Amino acid sequence: MKLRVGDAVLAAAVVALMAVLPSVYSNELLLFNFVMFLTLSQGLNILYGFTGYLPFGYVGFFGAGAYGFAIAVMNYGAGPLPAMLIAAAAAVILALVLMPLLRLSGAYFAIASLAAAQAVYQVISNPALEQVTKGPYGVSLTGVFAPRLSYYVAVGIMAGTFALVVWLRNSRFGLALQAIREDTVSAGMAGVSVVRFRTVAWLLSALVAGLVGGVFAWHISVFYPDTAFDVGISIFATVFTLFGGATTLTGPLLGVAILYGVYNAIGITVPQYFQLIYGTLIVGLVMFLPNGLVSLLTRRGIRVP
Amino acid sequence: MSHSAANLLRVEQVVKRFGGFRALDGVSFHLDPGEVLGLVGPNGSGKTTCINVISGLYPPDGGAVMFEGRPIGGMPMHMLARRGINRTFQSPKPFLSLTVRENVEIAAAYGHGPGRAAPDLRALLASLELDGLAERAAGDLNSAQQKTLDLARALATAPRLLLVDELAAGLNPAELLRMAERLRALAADGMALLVVEHLMGFIDRVTDRVIVMNAGKEIFEGTLATATRDPEVIRVFLGGAHG
Repeated sequence: MKLRVGDAVLAAAVVALMAVLPSVYSNELLLFNFVMFLTLSQGLNILYGFTGYLPFGYVGFFGAGAYGFAIAVMNYGAGPLPAMLIAAAAAVILALVLMPLLRLSGAYFAIASLAAAQAVYQVISNPALEQVTKGPYGVSLTGVFAPRLSYYVAVGIMAGTFALVVWLRNSRFGLALQAIREDTVSAGMAGVSVVRFRTVAWLLSALVAGLVGGVFAWHISVFYPDTAFDVGISIFATVFTLFGGATTLTGPLLGVAILYGVYNAIGITVPQYFQLIYGTLIVGLVMFLPNGLVSLLTRRGIRVP
Repeated sequence: MSHSAANLLRVEQVVKRFGGFRALDGVSFHLDPGEVLGLVGPNGSGKTTCINVISGLYPPDGGAVMFEGRPIGGMPMHMLARRGINRTFQSPKPFLSLTVRENVEIAAAYGHGPGRAAPDLRALLASLELDGLAERAAGDLNSAQQKTLDLARALATAPRLLLVDELAAGLNPAELLRMAERLRALAADGMALLVVEHLMGFIDRVTDRVIVMNAGKEIFEGTLATATRDPEVIRVFLGGAHG
């Protein structure tokens, strides 16, 4: 493995920035949301950027993680850290159950994964399961509320996810995944076990979303099924990744910094202008830079971390 | 062990159906190390299907494919690659966004099974005149270069059996000559080759013997020179094949 130094430096710089920001900036929830989307868009990048599968239902793993955490805390009295493991396990188990989706491709896969996320949402929010999930009435985990600690755990998960992406970008395994994305038949003939490798990417991607969902549940401690399974989370993670440029570390980071930055600057105060700017940016991107902002550099032969 | 069991590749009465259409209708042949077998016949006669079945793209619906004495029919492609079977594609399918070097690196890293010496990738690229393009994205190459890269990707796994599907189409006469020499050199090193090609001059230069196929069946086996005098072969190639 020949590590490109730029990858590691960029990842470390963003992690360090997000780690020190709470001491100079007081809106910790906003910072948390940034960390959350920085991580989710890289998690989605693992699947989309490296294998070409675009999971519109990515939020399903996030929700599974959030509810895995909540159920462990509410029903089994688990501490937050063991509950994080349950969050991770819930997302990975869901990904295992949904593995047949990988037989689909392109838009069919995207839509089917969205439907699967909706199905999980319907189950979790079902009033008949109130004893287990609190159904549509939402969960309250105030007993484990620890905003500062959970923030740093989120930064830790982000660091781990960045490390994973850096590894994929610099390893043979990551190269093999990209071969699968380019052509499954040639990848098979190159000796790459297509089914096994993309399963690993699928599970890793789900694991990231599950951990983020778990730490989200911990950090905000009161939420509803509509919050944890909000399709907007999938859309944001997808758009941020595509806007910046998948398969790179920089792309999703740029996407989050710019688009989520704009969203927080004006998305809540003047949502109509936000929608306008957002829509214009996305249309412009699809028309002129389908491979994301980073392609401004990469198509000139400049390597981007 | 009888002589027949020692063949590198044995294709025995292989059948492949697509719906009601029998693309392969009981095809049998064998191939030994260092031998170059040509597969010729009109379009739709089952040549590429034959390669697709041997390389694991399709499982056979009947019959047996034996490699080094073991059945391999229906085995996944990546396992066949590791066992020493590889192929090129009629329309090359390189990993377009990856560099030429990365294309062959993947194949050398994953497709190279135990018991075979790993090829020197630098030398491999140089021998195929791709060394100057090593850091270029495969998508930037022209179609002849992509075909050569497809061959390089296959050779990077150090195969014992190479299936070559219309590699010559689109090459100019000088390139054709060089490609023929390359394939002969591979055979001289002990590799077995199965070559599907429409250009008879190329087939003549490269192969030791040919199988002529028509409608999923083998209608002739022997040297190309004898094939051109075979009345059945002449009938199939010069008309009346479906009459």
